[in-house]
Amino acid sequence: MSLTGVLRPGYVQLRVLDLEAAVSHYVDRIGLDEVSREADGRVYLKGWDEFDRHSVILREADTPGMDVVGFKVASDSDLDTFKNRIEAKGMAVGEVPAGEQPGMGRRISFVVPTGHRIELFAQAEQSKTAPPITNPDIWPAEPRGMRATRFDHVLLYGPDIDGVTTFFLQVLDFALAEKVEMPDGTLAVWLTCSNKAHDIAFVKHAEPGKFHHAAFFLESWHDVGHAADIIARYNVSLDIGPTRHGITRGQTIYFFDPSGNRNEVFAGGYTHYPDHPTRVWTAEELGKGIFYYEKELNDRFLGVVT
Amino acid sequence: MVDGAPDVFACNTDTPVLIAMERSGRKVIAVGCRGGGCGFCRVRVRAGAYRTGRMSRAHVTEEEERQGYALACRLFPLEDLLLAPARRMPGTGQPPQEV
Repeated sequence: MSLTGVLRPGYVQLRVLDLEAAVSHYVDRIGLDEVSREADGRVYLKGWDEFDRHSVILREADTPGMDVVGFKVASDSDLDTFKNRIEAKGMAVGEVPAGEQPGMGRRISFVVPTGHRIELFAQAEQSKTAPPITNPDIWPAEPRGMRATRFDHVLLYGPDIDGVTTFFLQVLDFALAEKVEMPDGTLAVWLTCSNKAHDIAFVKHAEPGKFHHAAFFLESWHDVGHAADIIARYNVSLDIGPTRHGITRGQTIYFFDPSGNRNEVFAGGYTHYPDHPTRVWTAEELGKGIFYYEKELNDRFLGVVT
Repeated sequence: MVDGAPDVFACNTDTPVLIAMERSGRKVIAVGCRGGGCGFCRVRVRAGAYRTGRMSRAHVTEEEERQGYALACRLFPLEDLLLAPARRMPGTGQPPQEV
């Protein structure tokens, strides 16, 4: 196996103002499946093409936003290795016992320089509705809503972009696929631990710990159009799209859940390999980098966070 | 009605003020998430009775709610309202124009 250490994003826990409205949005519109509702009020969801038990956790709270994003690592011993490496950087690492999320093994938990809580886990119960693996049909049952296949990545806003980039590169062994360089320094970074153009991204922002979006993967540009039809039909709060990013080349549409957390569904994006150089956007062409067709920056897209 | 601008628009009692503003083609209140989460459409109600849906406490505290602050996407008029935009700019801690 060539892919070692951190494998991929595994779950994101989002705070919502109205749990039932949120469940309807993520299940009926985006097309995730409801896995369970637990005694502490959290609702667990997954994409139809995901093998692990859950990938999205919704929690009702007074302020929307993101509690934590978790990455899956290849083996249990990786958790100890990364714990030592993170602590060697002077950062505190907490231990979350197995079962704190149903079906999940132990996790390690830490706060990165942008103020976001990141977790690593190695073991997750397999989903009872996982994709078939013997003479596998293309899906377990026909996908619903926007037909999102999986939770793909998050984009987060916070200060100290240089610090968080160094941390992901040097401690978690990510690669820097793409970045935006402004006259006063790095504005944004797209980091990958895989063949994807990004597994997590950060944008410089004064306030720490802010959430820009959680993204879900679609099969095709046609499905991005289908998502736009669903957004229009059900009066989902649209942000922008369908359009394409110059950065990552993703074909995309952005919208908001009923509590104002931004979602993306997208298709495409280039393939990253560890020997690839970092792609760089400059201030002059930033509009094209963010929205390749419109070529202009947008106050709502850049400014709305939870 | 929005204070300080020639912008008067109609709004049903079951429609959020922000959505009614968008449908009227006006842009006097900033439109963000439309879900009570981001604070872009923060306003202060200067006059008139209203009800609100649930709003992020990061943008309208209980004290501010008592003072008439609300997010227009979660604001429903019960009679004619007079509003002042009160978007809190990032990092400043306070809205730009206290009335």
